[in-house]
Amino acid sequence: MSPVFIILALLTSLSALAAVSLRNLVHCALALTITFAGLAALYLQLHAQFVGFAQILVYIGAVAILIVFAILLTRGAEPAGVSLFSKSWYLGAGVAAVVFAVLAGVVLSSKALSPQVPPLAEISVHQIGDQLMTRYVLPLEVLGLLLTAALIGAVIIAMNEGPKRKKEIPGADRLSASATNGDGQAHEAALRGLAVDAGLPGSAGTASPEREVHPGEVAT
Amino acid sequence: MNPLQGYLLLSALLFGIGLAGALTRRNAIIVLIGIELMLNAANLNFIAFWRYSPNPQASAGIIFVLFSIGVAAAEAAVGLALIIAIYRHFKTSDVSQVNTMRG
Repeated sequence: MSPVFIILALLTSLSALAAVSLRNLVHCALALTITFAGLAALYLQLHAQFVGFAQILVYIGAVAILIVFAILLTRGAEPAGVSLFSKSWYLGAGVAAVVFAVLAGVVLSSKALSPQVPPLAEISVHQIGDQLMTRYVLPLEVLGLLLTAALIGAVIIAMNEGPKRKKEIPGADRLSASATNGDGQAHEAALRGLAVDAGLPGSAGTASPEREVHPGEVAT
Repeated sequence: MNPLQGYLLLSALLFGIGLAGALTRRNAIIVLIGIELMLNAANLNFIAFWRYSPNPQASAGIIFVLFSIGVAAAEAAVGLALIIAIYRHFKTSDVSQVNTMRG
């Protein structure tokens, strides 16, 4: 147990605890970023350099930013007085505690975990790329397909649902009716009808003749 | 306690924290954060076993974690898009108020 591991483990677990328990969602996202950075440092500590840098690139660079965007887009959703936790929170906390206790008990009592450290074998990026292009080329292609499908699916899901309702403006139906018959005079009459509907003070006196003209125009 | 047990314990702790966050919080974004924490705990397990296993020459542990990171990125994108769609539909991101599947 090196002191570096203890510091990184404390940093990671405390920031993870903060990420799921703070009230301000932006603080949660920042704590989650610290957790990801601590995990990347742990990967580097384990001599898995490429995975550590991939963790920084993908999680801190993309996932954390994505979460911040989602938080900002759903802002104002939480009323101030409502509890952060659901009504059956003790059940969830109990399940999580039991899961952790079982895992910790098994890890601490296992005899299969060998105490001696095997000799270090560096895996270079060249070897990883070689393996990805030869032995694991089919999973790589499937992953590319999955990412493409996820990209398209995310855009489709987050798009506006259905056609938007037209705003109700007075006289809009008459405007469209006159536009379909293509008569310039009818269009003009409809526009004047609109002005009457809007209640312009000067046109109140001339309202009746225009109104008499209008229904005939719509009928044609 | 040897180093592998330390890493496994840390991973179990992260998994527990993520599970507790996903099960107890009301906000859908925090639920997603909990799921991300659990995925990261699994990745840490993979790397720890790869480093301290008797045959570290095989690069399968590293490759598996790379694929896992890719799948987790796809999951995060789709999950956040779902949260935004739910927020637009129900005007809330509280999962306890989202109780119908069709609006």
